[in-house]
Amino acid sequence: MKKFNKVASILLALALALSLAACGSSSGTTDGTDTNSSAAASTESDDLTESVVYRTVDEIVESGTINIGVFSDKSPFGYVDENGEYQGYDIYFANRIGEDLGVEVNFVSTEAANRIEYLQTGKVDVILANFTVTEERAEEVDFALPYMNVSLGVVSPDDNVITSLEDWNEEDEIIVISGTTAETYLTENYPNITLQKYDTYANAKNALENGNGVAWANDNTEVIAFALENEGYTVGIPSLGSQDTIAPAVTKGNSTLLDWLNEEIEALGEENFFHADYEATLADTYGLDYEETLVVEGGVVSGSTESE
Amino acid sequence: MPDLGLSVLLKGKNLARLLGGLGVALKISLISIAISLPLGIILGALMTWKNPVCRAILRCYLEIIRIMPQLVLLFLVYFGTTRAFGWNLSGELSAVIVFTLWGTAEMADLVRGALVSIPLHQYESAAALGLTRRQTYQYVILPQTARRLLPLSINLITRMIKTTSLVVMIGVVEVLKVAQQIIEANRTSSPNAAFGIYLVVFLLYFLACWPISLLARYLEEKWR
Repeated sequence: MKKFNKVASILLALALALSLAACGSSSGTTDGTDTNSSAAASTESDDLTESVVYRTVDEIVESGTINIGVFSDKSPFGYVDENGEYQGYDIYFANRIGEDLGVEVNFVSTEAANRIEYLQTGKVDVILANFTVTEERAEEVDFALPYMNVSLGVVSPDDNVITSLEDWNEEDEIIVISGTTAETYLTENYPNITLQKYDTYANAKNALENGNGVAWANDNTEVIAFALENEGYTVGIPSLGSQDTIAPAVTKGNSTLLDWLNEEIEALGEENFFHADYEATLADTYGLDYEETLVVEGGVVSGSTESE
Repeated sequence: MPDLGLSVLLKGKNLARLLGGLGVALKISLISIAISLPLGIILGALMTWKNPVCRAILRCYLEIIRIMPQLVLLFLVYFGTTRAFGWNLSGELSAVIVFTLWGTAEMADLVRGALVSIPLHQYESAAALGLTRRQTYQYVILPQTARRLLPLSINLITRMIKTTSLVVMIGVVEVLKVAQQIIEANRTSSPNAAFGIYLVVFLLYFLACWPISLLARYLEEKWR
């Protein structure tokens, strides 16, 4: 029996070490994909992946299909209608990209938490999943010019409207979606607030409706729309943190596609494309009042102090 | 009766999409089960073998699969293989690989457990009756093992079917994701649809797992 215990403990230790090593090496390559990092150990595997990871504009055109990662459950930006067709503000733009490149668009359903991974492994060419530009993300992927404005907002039930995050009651929890800007911002700036993290938008929404948390922090567009659509909820904090933008993202280093997207966004500005996009997809949800606040035309962010 | 928003399911192709999603979940789980049951039985038999090298390798394999959450395995196989080797596996294939690895490991351990649970006197009595080694296994050991294995493997199979809801994280749209898409797309027109649609999803999972339970009950009666 003693001998068995010894063997078992050695094997367990080995298994643990192996799984740790597996975690270690995968996080190692995560850092390694940043070409500026000086990590030397993983250069070999980098060389391997570097050569296959993204497709240039020419390769995309040649293949006849562009893979675009979008949300499939985030109405009205990216969702699937009752006929199984992708619809929304992001999709409207994605379809235009496909049209102007002369290729078919293959929509890939992504989640907030796996968008970067999809780009870094080249499994999609572009992410158009309501992707907020942040410094940390810009180290992992390349952002094109923005096409929308966003800041954070907090929505809560009418009977207990949260208007400030100061003097937080320690027993209360805020709902966030994993991998979103709201999660990062709250973790950094309000470490004393307990967060309830959900993987998907629909789960977070259910959690708020079931009263699992006192409030839901998310992009302000989301919470404005949520409060407009669902009676009994108020946006207590309409603008939290700095104003951010939403932009298409491509794999780090994919300069041909990045340049093409930037030129495309500038060219589309001349025909007021994103205003048309807003009116076609978002006006039903936010009304025309928010058009100038939310839309970024031609990649140029105008003064962010416009009234709402 | 409260409005469950079930009318949403009749819009467009929603019901067909939901069934299609169930099809995806069942395809992944049933293929994995079909591969992992026989593999697991073989590995489980090997696990009872006294060879220390063989035991060590199988033990490592089992512990690694048991320690890692399925979601981590899915990410490792889907994204990890692309990073490390440049393989571009599809989401479905990655899911089948992970579920097969998982199913095989757990099935093997169940088989090992069932085999070693047969008391030594069963072997000795068989030998005393003059049965050959082969006859001992065929008429005495394996029937008892199979009976002990049955409820355990049914648990594993239904667990595998239900765990397919994780594959959405590697871009495979299965029944739960379709349900969430339908709920989201109709959140203005039918805000109450969530409950009704989740209820339908529950029924679909139930319909998928119930026949397996029935089969298990039938076999348990038959093998008594």
